[in-house]
Amino acid sequence: MAAPAIELRGISKRFGPVVANDRVDLVVEAGTIHGIVGENGAGKSTLMNILYGYHRADAGAIRIDGVPTRIARPIDAIRAGIGMVHQHFMLVATFTVLENLLLGAEGGPLLAAGAARLRAELARIGREHGLDVDPDARVGDLPVGLQQRVEILKALCRGARVLILDEPTGVLTPQEADELFRILAALRAQGRTVLLVTHKLREIMAVTDRVSVMRGGRMVAHRRTAETSREELAELMVGRKIQLRPDKRPVRPGRPVLTVRDLEVADDRGVRRVKGVSFEVRAGEIVGIAGVAGNGQSELLEAIAGIRSADRGEILIAGRPVRGASNARPRGVGHVPEDRLRMGLVGHLPASENAILGYHRRRDYVAHGLLRRGRIVDTCAGWLERYDIRPRAPLMPALAFSGGNQQKLVVARELEHDPELILAGQPTRGVDIGAIEFIHGRLLAMRDAGKAVLLVSVELDEILALSDRVLVMFDGRIVGELAAEEADERRIGLLMAGIAAEAA
Amino acid sequence: MGCASRLPAWVELALLPALNLAIAALIAGLVVVLIGEDPLEAVGLLVYGAFGYGEAIGYTLFYTTNFLFTGLAVALAFHAGHFNIGGEGQAYLGGLGATLVALHWGQLPSPISIPLAVAGAALFGGAWAFVPGWLYARRGSHVVITTIMMNFVAAALMTYLVVNVLIKPGQQIPETDIFAPTVWVPPLAPLSASLGLDLGRAPVNHSLFLALVCCLAFWAFVWRSRFGYELRVVGKSEAAAIYAGIAPGRVTIVAMTLSGALAGLLAVNEILGSQHRLVLGFTGGYGFVGIAVALMGRNHPVGIVLAALLFGALYQGGSELAFDMPEISRDMVVVIQGLVILFAGALEHLFRAPLENLVSRLQVAR
Repeated sequence: MAAPAIELRGISKRFGPVVANDRVDLVVEAGTIHGIVGENGAGKSTLMNILYGYHRADAGAIRIDGVPTRIARPIDAIRAGIGMVHQHFMLVATFTVLENLLLGAEGGPLLAAGAARLRAELARIGREHGLDVDPDARVGDLPVGLQQRVEILKALCRGARVLILDEPTGVLTPQEADELFRILAALRAQGRTVLLVTHKLREIMAVTDRVSVMRGGRMVAHRRTAETSREELAELMVGRKIQLRPDKRPVRPGRPVLTVRDLEVADDRGVRRVKGVSFEVRAGEIVGIAGVAGNGQSELLEAIAGIRSADRGEILIAGRPVRGASNARPRGVGHVPEDRLRMGLVGHLPASENAILGYHRRRDYVAHGLLRRGRIVDTCAGWLERYDIRPRAPLMPALAFSGGNQQKLVVARELEHDPELILAGQPTRGVDIGAIEFIHGRLLAMRDAGKAVLLVSVELDEILALSDRVLVMFDGRIVGELAAEEADERRIGLLMAGIAAEAA
Repeated sequence: MGCASRLPAWVELALLPALNLAIAALIAGLVVVLIGEDPLEAVGLLVYGAFGYGEAIGYTLFYTTNFLFTGLAVALAFHAGHFNIGGEGQAYLGGLGATLVALHWGQLPSPISIPLAVAGAALFGGAWAFVPGWLYARRGSHVVITTIMMNFVAAALMTYLVVNVLIKPGQQIPETDIFAPTVWVPPLAPLSASLGLDLGRAPVNHSLFLALVCCLAFWAFVWRSRFGYELRVVGKSEAAAIYAGIAPGRVTIVAMTLSGALAGLLAVNEILGSQHRLVLGFTGGYGFVGIAVALMGRNHPVGIVLAALLFGALYQGGSELAFDMPEISRDMVVVIQGLVILFAGALEHLFRAPLENLVSRLQVAR
């Protein structure tokens, strides 16, 4: 039997007092897709960064194709035939695809020869793997899925036989993710090895041959994908039984809280993204808006939250129109924004100051124009306790919390100010399973307490798990409405793809 | 994870700046050696020139006062996410405000005329910074560009006004008439003399207290007030501000205006406290050095007090040094100041990574 493509033995790494990797072993057979799952902070990224030479392990050995290899810097990894595609792309947006590939592989002071060589190489790889990208397109103009393809090409052009992908689908639409998986399967067919780091179990089940589970810096299990299940993996990741589908009480909708009529909204560039949308959300129900990202859901949500002005139509909260974000919150609109780091939080400010963002004019927090600091910190500390946000450090900058804990902080802030209407935009994006379970539980509790919830999500699982009614958006319009009982992945999927309801 | 500092607070706040300062001093010493002078003697002269006797201390504190105002001005705009390079022009206009009040109402009793003149300085400085703030909020013009352009406009405007309009009638020197003594900010010398310190003829005056009050107010405003909170949110993330129902444009305009008002107060020290008349170019580059003061002081009043004192000492000690060591010219002193700015401001992260490695290795060893 051939030597494994990668063999890690006893890898340990500490950052100050934190043990990120504790005697980790990993064997990856050549020509397979190997998944590594674990919650945020389980040590997956650290392990991959050690393999790629960003960090040096405190202890342990690395063998590549059976040969002991010292990897101190990324260049060592590249020479050993390892390529990495980062979660956040390392591309120059204003350069063309070819120029990006040329970076670090110029092959001399004059670019022409290297460029010509790369162009030929690119065409060859494109033929072999079905990885077509226009070499002269500007990277900034390409959709995210194609940018990721450029990253993969970059690794392949440098002769990578082992490809590491770190959370590759976080920024992709479901279609783009499927396309990526097709590419990964093609690479495997060519005998290359893929290491897929993710916390999404659906992807693990869909494409990997084997899977290794990490928890708390240790490797806790290795499985053949065919012999395991999502439930088992979830349990291994979290260390306890996990409910992937929450229990729901029967819905009892009350009076309408949100009414949207003939709404039209444009994006920042003036392109109309919401084209005449009307619907209602009643007290005590969760209405889910499904759709492929970029079909107007974001603009719709921002318009209702008062962040984006509508060109036409009406938005009524409890029968009265809203004017702007500073007006929406006092009227009882809680808003969990789609992008927590850009909008929902101010990364460099402490958790306590983030806990009042948008509510900082309330008398609970301000007296005579001055912040009531003691009360703000106490309030925040209470939420950290009740929402199990770790560490319990209200004065720590929001950035220093993990993604799941950041999101729980945003959710706490928006749910704890007693809203009547909750706008939840991708409430569990980039969040680990434990936090997903918690946030879903909180949203259902708000619904049972008689609040109206509008959920926008590109995760079909999430829509199906929570919604009492599902609206499907396509190209700025609502193209279908399904009750929870009649909603399933196939029907919603067809509507999302823009195929009319009758055909479904 | 995240990018919070991994260093203990005392390393961050004391050791790092001290290291940066030490390396600046070392290189400055090398330059002195190259000229052929004894660096230790030069340091001795510089320290003596800045703190050695009463009058030296008085001058050092006078310059410190200037740097406090301009440093705070830069820091305030910085917290709102803007780089106000226009402190020089705003201070210049502050001088105009103070002068107009002093010439018209200077004869009023001091408790009325001085506050009026101080308000005039703040108002004119603020108005000069309001324009870039407004241009940014309404038209998206970059504050760095507009403030630096406004410096040139201010210089031209002031030259015109002093030479053609405000000049003391019947003379050639471009300066105004001496103000009525009632509007002079009283010097500190009598007060310090009663405490046993002879400040000699140093121009340091009660503006120093105004500057220190501004430091305190700055801290309370930025970190304790609701508006300061909105200002910091806007400075860190405009998207989050809009999400929170804060209008970034309005906050920017107010922050820039307050920043300009702080810069304008420089005129209180220079014009009302020392020159007692408006002269051309009284701002002397203090507005620009304020950028370095804010940078080195990490935009915090405590840091700004320390940085302003350092630059005040360099200014005063430097001119003494140039006087005592003819080999070391006035320009050499500027070189030394430049080195301090370079290492304390621009290269402030030079020692950060090695120190972080050292600290984490020590923790592992433990």
